[in-house]
Amino acid sequence: MPCGADMGGTVSGDTVTAVAEAEPARRRIESRLTAGDRVYRTLATAGAGATLVLIVLIGLFLLIKAMPALREAGWSFITTKEWSPDAEKPRFGVAAMMFGTLISATVAMAVTFPVSVSTAVFINEYAPRRLRRPLTSLIDLMAAIPSLIFAMWGLFVLVPFLLPLEQWAVDRFGWLPFMKAAAIGASLSNAGLVVSLMTIPIATSIIREVLSQVPRHECEGALALGATRWGMIRTVVLPFGRGGIIGGTMLGLGRALGETLAATLVLSLTFEIKPRVLENGGITVASALAVQFKDAQKMGLSALMAAGLALFVVTFAINLLAAFVVSRSRSGAGVDA
Amino acid sequence: MSAQRTVQAGLPPRPLRALAPPRHRPRTLRPGDVAEVAGAVAASGALVWFVYARLLPFSVHVVGIGLSWYALFLLTYALVAWDGHGRVVATDRIMGVVIATAALAAFTPIVAVIGYVVIKGAKVIRPGFFTDNLSVTGPLSAATEGGAVHSIIGTLEQLAIATMISVPLGVLTAIYLSEVKGRLTKPTRLVTDAMTALPSIVAGLFIYSLLILQFHWGFSGFAGSLALAVLMLPTVTIAAEQVLRVVPGGLREASLALGAPHWRTVLSVVLPTARAGLSTAVILGMARVVGETAPMLLTAFGTTTTNTNPFSGIQDDLPLFVFTQIRSSQNTQVQRAWAGALVLLTLVLILFMLARLIGGSRPGKKRRRPSRTPAHSRRVPRAGAGPTTPAPGPTPPDTGPTTKAGPS
Repeated sequence: MPCGADMGGTVSGDTVTAVAEAEPARRRIESRLTAGDRVYRTLATAGAGATLVLIVLIGLFLLIKAMPALREAGWSFITTKEWSPDAEKPRFGVAAMMFGTLISATVAMAVTFPVSVSTAVFINEYAPRRLRRPLTSLIDLMAAIPSLIFAMWGLFVLVPFLLPLEQWAVDRFGWLPFMKAAAIGASLSNAGLVVSLMTIPIATSIIREVLSQVPRHECEGALALGATRWGMIRTVVLPFGRGGIIGGTMLGLGRALGETLAATLVLSLTFEIKPRVLENGGITVASALAVQFKDAQKMGLSALMAAGLALFVVTFAINLLAAFVVSRSRSGAGVDA
Repeated sequence: MSAQRTVQAGLPPRPLRALAPPRHRPRTLRPGDVAEVAGAVAASGALVWFVYARLLPFSVHVVGIGLSWYALFLLTYALVAWDGHGRVVATDRIMGVVIATAALAAFTPIVAVIGYVVIKGAKVIRPGFFTDNLSVTGPLSAATEGGAVHSIIGTLEQLAIATMISVPLGVLTAIYLSEVKGRLTKPTRLVTDAMTALPSIVAGLFIYSLLILQFHWGFSGFAGSLALAVLMLPTVTIAAEQVLRVVPGGLREASLALGAPHWRTVLSVVLPTARAGLSTAVILGMARVVGETAPMLLTAFGTTTTNTNPFSGIQDDLPLFVFTQIRSSQNTQVQRAWAGALVLLTLVLILFMLARLIGGSRPGKKRRRPSRTPAHSRRVPRAGAGPTTPAPGPTPPDTGPTTKAGPS
């Protein structure tokens, strides 16, 4: 009974007075639940249970609705890249979508990881003490700004700004197979860059929180032994925060995989597998859902459900793993005090 | 050393300080350091200018110039620091610069985004934006014609319904996680953590398959708010749980010691104590979902006419308004989208400020931090020892002896 410790304090009034008057050795400590307590516990448990049930329901309903499409397509659902589920002879699969999702998420993570670790370290170790709270606040604010607004800004400001740079990269390094591009601007890598705007605040705030729990005496020990600030960060702060860094980045990854609007607005959507990451075209699962939804017929809807289910399974697995890693690092595992 | 001693004996303390070596403080800025940075900036800048303006036969884009300037600056600075202080210090300096640059790269977009939305939106926004809808506004109307009143109504209604659903559920779950602590605690916490990054479009798809395909309810604002509630739930739960955990254990124990059952303790001690933090949790949840677009596409669907009834018929909201306008090819509609984005951003900023204001000052510092640490550390030995130790903090002193008289 995990709550026994708390409930130990509940002693009915008369027992206490009785013992206080008649001094003798033993006092019986009762821990029992009143009727009200039982209602309260049931209610709270029901609330927690509802959250659990909700997740199961989400998976279950998507699976039920996806069944017709999954039966129709079979294993080819994973390998096919075309998407014409409502045609006479339906052919559809998540290969192109999953590829695009993974590529844009990889690009986003390639930016997010160094930037958020650096930002977290900067706020904790470099910024003047006075600025720490405002900067943390700014990161939180960034996390609160709707992804739609980031996607719009990415489309109208960030992508045009990066265009000459990408043109230069394509001109110079076009001989590399994956750098070749016929038209640039609406590419998977740009979509990934816009997604990184939304993942950076999430990853940063988690990493910063974990890094702020670094035992100060170890940091001071490193400094006292003559380490420079970077030496201290490299040998004390970063190893301590490894779990938080991995977990925070993975939570960002989960968000990047499910991000809809960046790809919908920035990318020119085509159902193909494009290893040339700078070239226009490609698709992600979430953007396919958003765009294909309105014209989908019966089989099309079922196929979209199947794609949504695939996305759900992938992100949920990654998030679960990330939450596990973060919670382990938060509980102080690996801290030798 | 002994020489210093004699000096110390002979002289008043003040001149001694002049004799002692200067103190090294790790965080102070010495003029020499500033000069090194400035010198490296100037030297690399001059080199870049020389190469690009004088040597190269073609012109280079300003982004390219900036990047090469930065790379050259790093190189120069590394050489200067290496020459003056050695390899270890040079690494330290370079990493400091790199980390600060990366942090700047993270902070720049936020300022740029807010500035851009405000500038673009303020150009178009008119009072009519808050009183008209788009039912009579064609694609060729001026950007200042038409408005988003239908979307604003939709957003407010959907947000209110979503809050009414997810807050009781979220707070109950939080109470379970921090007060009841039953067998479901671990899985619930893990699932809640994982749910924070549930793809919003999957939430929309779930509500669509449940309500619209299964129960044939049709698209409605209510379906949209259910999707929002699913997305809001983990945010509210996690924030509320963190707040409840900070309530001093002494308060709980005092209430229990006075004979209150557990539910009374939670209802009239724990929750009121955490009131401010709980409000913050709710508002943060609202700010998280108010800008969600993807699930609304599949549930509320969007329209151009005013529909004040969230329970029947398709309804618009601000994110949908912005999304449909920005995707059109007409420049006037794109301009109108920025006006909508400005309203949406203002809404988010208001919610955010409200959360900060109610949450008792700044982030990273909860108002009750100081009393939490002692209460927490005291609770650990007490759990094993039973109620023998005198009750801490808030318990009136005269109850002390009564409890003490017990088992000891």
